[in-house]
Amino acid sequence: MKIWHMLVREMLHRWRSFAIGNFAVIVAIGSLTAALTSLKVHDIHTHKILTAKEEETEKKMAILKDEMRKATLKLKFNLLILPKKQNIRDLHMKGYPSEYMPEEYVTRVANSGIILVRHFLPTLQQRIKWPEKKRTITLVGTRGETPNLQKSPREPLVQPVPLETIVLGYGLHQSLGLEVGDNVTLLGREFTIHKCYEERGSEDDFTAWIHLSQAQELLDKKGLINAILALECLCQGAEGLLGEIRKKIEQILPNTQVIEQGTKALARAEARGTVALEAKAAVERERQHRAEMRSEREFFAAVLVPLIMVACAVWIGLLAFNNVCARKTEIGIQRAMGFRARQIMFLFLSKYLIIGLLGGLFGIFVGLGFGRWLGLTLEENTKVITVAGDLLNPGLFLLVMVTAPVLTVISGWLPTVVAIRQDPAEALREK
Amino acid sequence: MLKFKNITKNFDGPEGKVTALNEVSFSVSPGEFLAVRGPSGCGKTTLLLTAGALLRPGAGQVSLDGQDPYVLNPEMRSRMRASMIGFVFQQFHLIPYLTVRQNIMAPSLALPSKEAAQRARELVSSFGLDDRADHIPAQLSTGQRQRTALARALLNKPKIILADEPTGNLDEDNADIVFDYLDKYVSDGGCVLLVTHDVRAAAHATKTVQMSQGRIIE
Repeated sequence: MKIWHMLVREMLHRWRSFAIGNFAVIVAIGSLTAALTSLKVHDIHTHKILTAKEEETEKKMAILKDEMRKATLKLKFNLLILPKKQNIRDLHMKGYPSEYMPEEYVTRVANSGIILVRHFLPTLQQRIKWPEKKRTITLVGTRGETPNLQKSPREPLVQPVPLETIVLGYGLHQSLGLEVGDNVTLLGREFTIHKCYEERGSEDDFTAWIHLSQAQELLDKKGLINAILALECLCQGAEGLLGEIRKKIEQILPNTQVIEQGTKALARAEARGTVALEAKAAVERERQHRAEMRSEREFFAAVLVPLIMVACAVWIGLLAFNNVCARKTEIGIQRAMGFRARQIMFLFLSKYLIIGLLGGLFGIFVGLGFGRWLGLTLEENTKVITVAGDLLNPGLFLLVMVTAPVLTVISGWLPTVVAIRQDPAEALREK
Repeated sequence: MLKFKNITKNFDGPEGKVTALNEVSFSVSPGEFLAVRGPSGCGKTTLLLTAGALLRPGAGQVSLDGQDPYVLNPEMRSRMRASMIGFVFQQFHLIPYLTVRQNIMAPSLALPSKEAAQRARELVSSFGLDDRADHIPAQLSTGQRQRTALARALLNKPKIILADEPTGNLDEDNADIVFDYLDKYVSDGGCVLLVTHDVRAAAHATKTVQMSQGRIIE
């Protein structure tokens, strides 16, 4: 017979005490594991929630970005190159530039090698009285786009107005009852209506477009223009490019100034940028909220779990004392037979070690199950199912399998010392 | 084998000091069966435990096989008990969760030997416990329990058996069986110190002394 036979027989003989001891360890380790597991469930859910929110934000931002790109493309005229002398306030008040610059500027800038602008559209605009029709209109002379020779050729965004023809805005052709093909006289010169625009809801509805050269003649501004529209500058949707383009154009054409055209798109882009920031802030707020929740649960666990563990340790200690008392005579006879103190100690401490290991093993699984349930209940989100297997990690297993035996051995230590120090004669004299 | 020289042992009781042994002197040699008789509370059990190296005397000298056990450290004293002394008690003091065979084998945990298992088998047979070898004490009769306790005391071939009222809980037949085993042990060269108030002990003992109020009365 070996001493561990004696150990096993004793545990089987006092199986109720053994089972209660194990139950105490299961409660202690179960509460520890449950607390850690519920925190892990919280972390997993936090990760899932934040990831989902981030993905949703990214998707929304991708859509917004695309919409912004499309909106910018539709606007087409993004920059307006004006004579340096042009008073911008005056421009906005009148609705057209009042200063002039050489038409040759268009060629210069188109051949300059600037790569951030695809097309340049020279215009000559002026608010005039249309004496033949008794209307005040904006007359725009344009010859079509001058392509950037450094960029690959593309279909022009704006078709030129052919010579001897005129294009009328919606307000004009509607109010005058004119149609494509009709002939009209403007400032004494006859034009055939080339196109009638649909309603645009802007100054364009009261604008007439003719070829630039004829506009220069009619307005007595030969070889002059008062604006160059730079097209597709912001096609890539990056507002940061504006400053760069402006700087380059001003280098090429020193006597000019560059202003933004299509500020609606930019405002929208800014608004969407704000939305993006707000979305990110919402994710961050959610992250902080989750961190605060975790912190509260950590605090709760940090208070409750040690209390439960201490209570269970005391419980095991009392069981151990009870065991020592019940085995007083047995210890006495063992000492009488010549058992040494360390053998008695082995018999007691091994039992608590086994209780710790066995209770710890069961406690892990009980704690995992309870912690998972607790975590899911606290999350109020049963849709997010966390597999129990995800919650068990070697670190937790190791922690528990060390903590549980240490807890039981510490609890059983004092009763064991009492057992080995008790006077065998006293036990054997009791009849 | 066992010598007591002027052994005194006092206890602190609720009504002051109680003298359990008062300058007790005697000796037991191999082949001797010493019966110490006396009424309850006269100090018989104290004498036995002192002789068994379990209760340090207040004064005097104990000698076991020429060696004072109380000058040894606890480890050596345990070894001495395991190798030299066999105990038998009135309450048997069997380990409740071990079988008869395992109870008899238990002293081998204190003094391991290769022959222990064989010796245990022999003792189980010679004490007529074959059919009860795998039973636990609760399943035995009182006579079987005491035979088991006696077999356990003999496992390590002790030089002396210290028996405290071994027949106190037994009927006459079983008491005779126990005495017969003790007689046989003595005739094989062992020595027995038996404390009892059983008058029949005198018939088996080679020497009987009377004890009263902690003193040996020849």
